[in-house]
Amino acid sequence: MPRGTLEALQVERLRRTLQRVYDNVPLYRAKFDGAGFDPATVTSLDDLADVPFTVKDDLRAAYPFGMFAVPRSDIVRVHASSGTTGQITVVGYTAGDIRMWSEMMARTLSAGGAGPDDIVQIAYGYGLFTGGLGVHYGSERLGALTVPISGGNTRRQVQIMADFGVTVLACTPSYALYVAETAAEMGIDIRDLPLRLGFFGAEPWSDNMRLQIEETLGITAMDIYGLSEVLGPGVAFECTEHNGLHVNEDAFIVEIVDPDTLRPVADGEVGEVVFTTIAKEGIPVIRYRTRDVSRMITGTCSCGRAFRRMQRVFGRTDDMLIIRGVNVFPSQIEQVLASVPGVAPHYQVLLTREGSLDSVAVHVEISPDIEFDEIRELEGLQRRVRAAIESALAVSIAVKLVEPKSIQRFEGKAKRVVDLRGQGEA
Amino acid sequence: MVEQLSVFLQNEAGRLAQMCRVLGEAGHNIHVLMVADTTEFGVARMLCDRPHSARRALESAGFAVSITRVLAVEVPDRPGGLADVLERMGRQGVNVEYMYCFVRPGSEVAVDIFRVEDPDWATEVLTAAGIGTARAASLYDIDAG
Repeated sequence: MPRGTLEALQVERLRRTLQRVYDNVPLYRAKFDGAGFDPATVTSLDDLADVPFTVKDDLRAAYPFGMFAVPRSDIVRVHASSGTTGQITVVGYTAGDIRMWSEMMARTLSAGGAGPDDIVQIAYGYGLFTGGLGVHYGSERLGALTVPISGGNTRRQVQIMADFGVTVLACTPSYALYVAETAAEMGIDIRDLPLRLGFFGAEPWSDNMRLQIEETLGITAMDIYGLSEVLGPGVAFECTEHNGLHVNEDAFIVEIVDPDTLRPVADGEVGEVVFTTIAKEGIPVIRYRTRDVSRMITGTCSCGRAFRRMQRVFGRTDDMLIIRGVNVFPSQIEQVLASVPGVAPHYQVLLTREGSLDSVAVHVEISPDIEFDEIRELEGLQRRVRAAIESALAVSIAVKLVEPKSIQRFEGKAKRVVDLRGQGEA
Repeated sequence: MVEQLSVFLQNEAGRLAQMCRVLGEAGHNIHVLMVADTTEFGVARMLCDRPHSARRALESAGFAVSITRVLAVEVPDRPGGLADVLERMGRQGVNVEYMYCFVRPGSEVAVDIFRVEDPDWATEVLTAAGIGTARAASLYDIDAG
């Protein structure tokens, strides 16, 4: 689809969406009226800049069904996002939304190289979390043999992967590595299995971690992006060029804004990712602030798709650590660790406060296969890790080497940061 | 040449005991053990029976393990015995990274374990000076890697 046609479609869908939420959702009517914004005046994508933002708290306040833009009887399914930081948020889908979602997800799998002949093992959690069922419907829409194993019971995952001849794995990137470790413990060389492709998302990861997954599992690793408030998995996808995530712009308008001023940033600059849904019926979201940090990649992709690309999300505005005034994302630390031979990319960041000063300690596992004997070799390794992190982040930290597999593995989203700053003297 | 097992230990109460238990349950006797420590971690170094099999047992229990070739030198158990050996090595430029020693019951000699950069060269130096090195099989049950 040529860019001009796409943008004309976006404007038309945007205008209709804005009018529909204004007519049907009290929250949006109040917001638009408060800002003096009239949906009928929208004639170009630039008009979006006048529309008020939506934040997670808006969805929380509407719990459970206050955000529905259609009669409750038209909603055929709900999902909810985890309530780790507060009230859970509910999203509802019409039958049309489920079809659209399946289409977006099938597009994602297909762009990454999966097809009807594949056997897809879905190790994302099923249930209220969108990951499992989201990928599931896309896989079925694609015509692939779908294995809805959900998360957990990792030894059984490995056994089924081997017995069924699974070719495609979908899960979080950290869980993919855990599956590989478990296979090794079971005496199974996962590289010898038919597994050839993986779709990984739901937590920030790095290029180095991608390489590690590809090497360890003997597969091609694709990044996928989505969030339940906007849709679930299937919002943006990677093509085989491996150069950013194409946003499904026929269904979503993406913006990058400065998280402080909320003004859109120039193309290529880093900021908070904001989405407006233009093809969703149940719960359209308007300028939803995702708290994900990324940037748009300028230029067109050599794959030829018109959809613009965002870079893989490299942090969350609320994961962003401010350490002595410096902004730090845990994924940057991971990136550095993957570049230092001798340590594994399993780490935890501990934040403590000594007096009025923040203190950061990174605990990192040594690689199980390094040769060490002399203390000074280990101390040298510790120094190299510290120097690499300090030069990448411009903040001083302490590094502690810990034993292989001593840092807890996570089957869902990895918890990389332990903030003890609010707990008095550390 | 003697094969020494080195085990990385994070500072955590009971971790050394867990290491010893793994070796004990797998039937590996430890003949000599020393622990080097820093504020952040420690390295346990030891001579034990069937070191390669011991390494596999420890690794499958989650420990990071290295095997290092070290020199075992039989040093007369008398004042000045060690000084003689070290002076020989020093004159030939053999630098000792670390060492530890033990005496076996009923023996006339102490066994000193030396970690040096080039153990083959160090053996030559000592042999030329008439100082004997101990064979691995006389210290522990050997096994193949």
